[in-house]
Amino acid sequence: MKLADPKRYLLGWGDGNTPGSGSIPVISSIEQSYDFPVVVIAKQSLMDVLSFLKNDPEMGFTFLTTLCGFHVPGYEGGEFGMMYQLQNMQQNRRLRLKIFMPETDLDVPTATNLWPTANWMERQEYDFFGFNFVGHPDLRRILNMDEMNYFPLRKQYPLEDLGKHDKDDAKFGR
Amino acid sequence: MIENPTIPLPEKEYVTLNLGPTHPATHGIFQNVLKMDGEIIMSSQATIGYIHRAFEKLAERRPYNQIAPITDRMNYCSAPINNMGWHMTVEKLIGCEVPKRAQYIRVIIMELARIADHIICDSVIGVDTGALSGFLYIFQEREHIYEIFEEVCGARLTTNTGRIGGMERDFSPKAWEKLEYFVKHFPEKLQEFENLLLRNRIFMDRTINVGPITAERALAYGFTGPNLRAAGVDYDVRVMNPYSSYEDFQFDIPVGTNGDTYDRFMVRLEEMKQSLSIIKQAMKNMPDGPIYSPDVPAFYLPPKEEVYSKMEALIYQFKIVMGEMDVPKGEVYHAVEGGNGELGFYLISDGGRTPFRLHFRRPCFIYYQAYPEMIQGGDVERCDFDDE
Repeated sequence: MKLADPKRYLLGWGDGNTPGSGSIPVISSIEQSYDFPVVVIAKQSLMDVLSFLKNDPEMGFTFLTTLCGFHVPGYEGGEFGMMYQLQNMQQNRRLRLKIFMPETDLDVPTATNLWPTANWMERQEYDFFGFNFVGHPDLRRILNMDEMNYFPLRKQYPLEDLGKHDKDDAKFGR
Repeated sequence: MIENPTIPLPEKEYVTLNLGPTHPATHGIFQNVLKMDGEIIMSSQATIGYIHRAFEKLAERRPYNQIAPITDRMNYCSAPINNMGWHMTVEKLIGCEVPKRAQYIRVIIMELARIADHIICDSVIGVDTGALSGFLYIFQEREHIYEIFEEVCGARLTTNTGRIGGMERDFSPKAWEKLEYFVKHFPEKLQEFENLLLRNRIFMDRTINVGPITAERALAYGFTGPNLRAAGVDYDVRVMNPYSSYEDFQFDIPVGTNGDTYDRFMVRLEEMKQSLSIIKQAMKNMPDGPIYSPDVPAFYLPPKEEVYSKMEALIYQFKIVMGEMDVPKGEVYHAVEGGNGELGFYLISDGGRTPFRLHFRRPCFIYYQAYPEMIQGGDVERCDFDDE
């Protein structure tokens, strides 16, 4: 989907086409998921979009509610994803931004320059998924011990012994 | 010591003081390394995660109904709010409308949990300033709340109450009796507690202007709940995004001005009174009807007498216990106003029997990173005067 004026779209005034920075389409998709507009954007334009949403007086998404990563093995070119949830408290609007990236390139620009609260949130996602937040002031593990040499929330680390099959979906006819 | 890079300091010789790690049973499960200039705290570095329990990973291997007991453990002071938040998240995902009576019962239980949570915060801050008696007096009222929980679901702290689609059982006559007793006697006990601390010279000296934060900084640090309201921002999930029929109730949102420990204490104190008023309104206007949604038999355990006598009920009982439910694909976020702030559940479902990814937005994890900034310039005896 291409938008000329994402601002108008996000404000609920209709849709348009991508402003476009070079050859990268900024917004790859916009959809409504339950009570949230979900916008998938290109990783390269993440900082531009975040600071536009935060600083533009009409957008006013000044509050970072939460952010989290996820691992989608098998999704070619987008095995890893990050989700940012923003909130406009004055107008009571919420928005979810998503970016996807291949496993080989886990560099994500840090949001700590815009919101200090992103500091621990990003440390947590580094801790569990191994995202490299470029420009983060203090990128260390936060909940797991420093000596750990893997990223536990990735899907290749099973929670239980692989020899156990009693909870496999196949056993339930899926 | 690892330097805290967020707070730059002038070149000087500082004293390093280690606090903790404290035992999980005491409040504040973390280690704090303070950097002191004489008696003044200049910087601090917190180490958390000593009892990290990997709930997000655990949830990826558990069916939806088996995640509710995990949510208890996220905040044992107000476990029912976490339970209900999780049930409402799944209900939003599967598109289930909960009957009005179940919603009102949930509101009563959640507000009782909020009172219990605020009792702990407000009385423990008294203990930290050296006033143990208020803590002991008010804990009797907390005990009454836990007796009501016991009557409703059989457990006191880790309640696992409510089910996806409604409540597991209605309030028994005994539960109503205990609730009425509590509603009648709580105000005078709260008044007694208030009199011990509210205008107490020592308490005021040790909390006013201690750990203050401005509204701008609080928002930048992602504060929610009473700590944000103490800084003067009237944000409450119950009002902004009403869930479970909160729009039916009349209540005020107390706000502070300085965002210091005293304001946080006051906001919680007033919220207890507002919660009590919500409980009274819910009791007065309690609608009749079923306590669970009949639309979701695949989630709601059938009554035991039917399980023993009817085949279909038995099949559903097995299917639910084995975690065999049809869940639509999708992603959903649901937030409730927890005892300490916005408690959010971000759930990605791939249609399997377990969540694909479940992320909890824990309010305390998010705002604890403001701690070094809030205690800077204070002295050691004040450094733990930060609610939560």
